[in-house]
Parts: sequence; C-alpha cells; structure tokens
Amino acid sequence: MVKNLTDKDFVKETSTGVTLTDFWATWCPPCRMQGPIIEQLDKEIGDKVKITKMDVDANQKTPMTFGIMSIPTLIIKKDGQVVDKLVGLHSKDQLKTVLAQYTN
Amino acid sequence: MRKYDVVVIGAGPGGMTAALYAARANLNVAMLDRGIYGGQMNNTDDIENYPGFTTIKGPELGEKMYQGTVKAGVNFVYGDVQNVTVDDQQMKHIQTDSDELVASAVIIATGSNNRKLGVPGEEKFSGKGVSYCAVCDGSFFKGKNVTVVGGGDSAISEGLYLANVTDGVNVIHRRDQLRAQKVLQNRAFDNDKIDFTWNTSVTEILGDENHVTGVKIHNNQVGDDTTLDTDGVFVYVGNFPNSQIFNNLNITDQAGWIITNDQMETTIPGIYAIGDVRQKQLRQITTAVGDGGIAGQNAFEYFEAIKHRQTVKD
Repeated sequence: MVKNLTDKDFVKETSTGVTLTDFWATWCPPCRMQGPIIEQLDKEIGDKVKITKMDVDANQKTPMTFGIMSIPTLIIKKDGQVVDKLVGLHSKDQLKTVLAQYTN
Repeated sequence: MRKYDVVVIGAGPGGMTAALYAARANLNVAMLDRGIYGGQMNNTDDIENYPGFTTIKGPELGEKMYQGTVKAGVNFVYGDVQNVTVDDQQMKHIQTDSDELVASAVIIATGSNNRKLGVPGEEKFSGKGVSYCAVCDGSFFKGKNVTVVGGGDSAISEGLYLANVTDGVNVIHRRDQLRAQKVLQNRAFDNDKIDFTWNTSVTEILGDENHVTGVKIHNNQVGDDTTLDTDGVFVYVGNFPNSQIFNNLNITDQAGWIITNDQMETTIPGIYAIGDVRQKQLRQITTAVGDGGIAGQNAFEYFEAIKHRQTVKD
C-alpha cells in the first residue's frame, strides 16, 4: 500500500532519493483513477522511487506551498528538491518515463 | 492471454449496460477500464434526467450500475487498451498495457474527453487556475471569482456547481443563447452569483508566475478586445472521442466519432460501438444505456451465429 502523508511528515518522508507524491481527494474522479495506477507503479518500481500520496482535504498546507489548484497533481522530488510537477491523470507508462529521467 | 466471449472496452453507463446484457445471455464477459468504472458520470455532481431517480450523484449511479454487472457475472478487468486487431479466424485481440485478451466480439464504449480551448496560456496555466473538472478543483477557488467557458449542459451544470463553492461565476459564451437544457438555463439565470458574457470568445488566458489572473476576450459582434479579471477558468467547450487507439480499424468519421448503424454495428463484423464515442446527435446517460442494451444483445446473437457456423463446419 502506498503511504498517505500528512502536512507534518511530508518534508521528512520526501527528503532523500527520488520520491513521487500523488495529491488527491475522495471527491475527485480522475484521482480515483490515478489511485490504482500509483499502487501498481509502487509494486513494479520497487525501491528505486518512493511512492506516496496526500489527501488535500485533510492537509492544506503542503498543497498550498506547491500552488496546487488542480488534482490529481503529482510532485516528484530528488534529494528533497522538487524536480517535476505533473498535473492531471497520468498513465503508468507516462510516469515510468518521467521517473526514469531522475533515477538513472 | 485470456479468452472471453465478449470484451467491453470502457465501463461507463453504455459499457456497463452492454456487459450486463451480454452476461445475462450467459456469455463470458470482460469489462475493461483504465480507471474506475462510471465513466463521465464520475465527473457529474447531480443527475436529474435519469429515469427512476429524481436526483442522484453521478458516482452513486455509477456504483449502482456496477453492482448490477457484478451480480450478472461480469469480470471487471483493469487495463489501458493499446490496440485491437482482428485475426484471420475473425477473433479480436485486445492488447492492454499489461495483458492480451481474446474475444469473439468487442464492444467499444470508450466515451469522450473534454476538448481544450486551444488558446495561448491554456497549457501554461493548466493546474494553475485552468481546469476541466469543476467537481475536482472547485474547492480550490473558495472565496474567488471564476470563469466558465461554454454554453452547453456541462458548462451550465458545472457553472451552477461552482456558484455554490465560489464567490461568483462568469459564463462566457460565443453565441447569444445557451445550448443547455432549459431547466438548467433557468436555474442559471435565476442564480445571483452567475453572470453571462454573450457573443464572446476567450482568446488568451493571462496570469502571473503562479496562477491565472484574467482572460483576454473578443466580442464577436462589436469586434472589440477587452480583458476580464478572474482567478480560475473552467473549460467546457465540447468533447472529442476517445477513439485514437482504434485508428487501425478505420471505423471512424473524420472527426474520430465511430460510425455504426442503428444496431450499433461498425463495418467490422463482431465489433460494436456505443455511447459517447459513437457518431450520434444526443450524448446522454440514457442514450448510452440504450446503445448498450442493443450492442449487448447483438453481441450475443453474433456469438451464437459463429458457434453455429463452427458446429456446421465440424
């Protein structure tokens, strides 16, 4: 299962290596499509990328720092620095291609 | 490789109905979707024109339809279809991102997606104030003023939704009247929080580093260009068909809508198309459901006919 982050632990949990965080909410249909894709990606990608998610309903601070105004938004960080921000539903293959740029 | 009698691609209202009918005819049915079942209903807040329910939330109607397919024995398969090919035995091969399915009949129910405006700034501010889903993003605009572009059912019903969560909604429409159903129109005209800008097209979306600040507009009658301040732009200017993956089959018109007869048959025997992806006049849940019933039944008859032919040959 992909770990649900909160405003409290987001920075710590995404401070090393390559991380991907899916910002979502229960009311958002494309988020509900993105969810299972993220779960599958997590299984396939193993330790290379740390996959996490954050419910924007329960956590408002982190989404605001990133200026998120549309969900799903996927934030990719490398060693604690934001390197990519993807807006909208993305397929597993699309995500793998993007992540490959940062893991190699 | 997994074998089925019928594979339905897309689990919106049309696809779920087709799968239900085929499964109740005792066929082995797979219903594929790249996400959650429900299709465009998931993007709809209140549905008031589906008989049997005075008002129902889109996702809830999707859930109810899905339960019906499960009860009938439909197999829900998660997958993103890459292409469909037909072999010399007339079997259909459905390639997904992770699997291959084989079936005698295929029912295409892939629906449609929001069309973009195609103006400068749209791409740049996507996710920074430009949105195609009011239900998803409306809550980011609490206490703000937003713009809705379009004049059809989606534009007006989502405009009404946004009027509930934002401070004010300005609907910009290129004509002097709306295309939306009268009941929605009246509700929008009666809503104090909704204004209209008629005969006007959005020509550019403006903003600073981080988000949308306004739109540049062109009045089609007077011919002048002005700027309007806004915090968000919700685009509802029609749809385009999700049919690119079937290009190799040559079953669409020039715009990409799949052509069928009134039996939902495409030009390829055993391949049907239903719902929003089909070339037709009225794209609604009710019409998708109607299409689905016809295709599910015809897929059954097609399957029986080939079985019979094979028995005769043997």
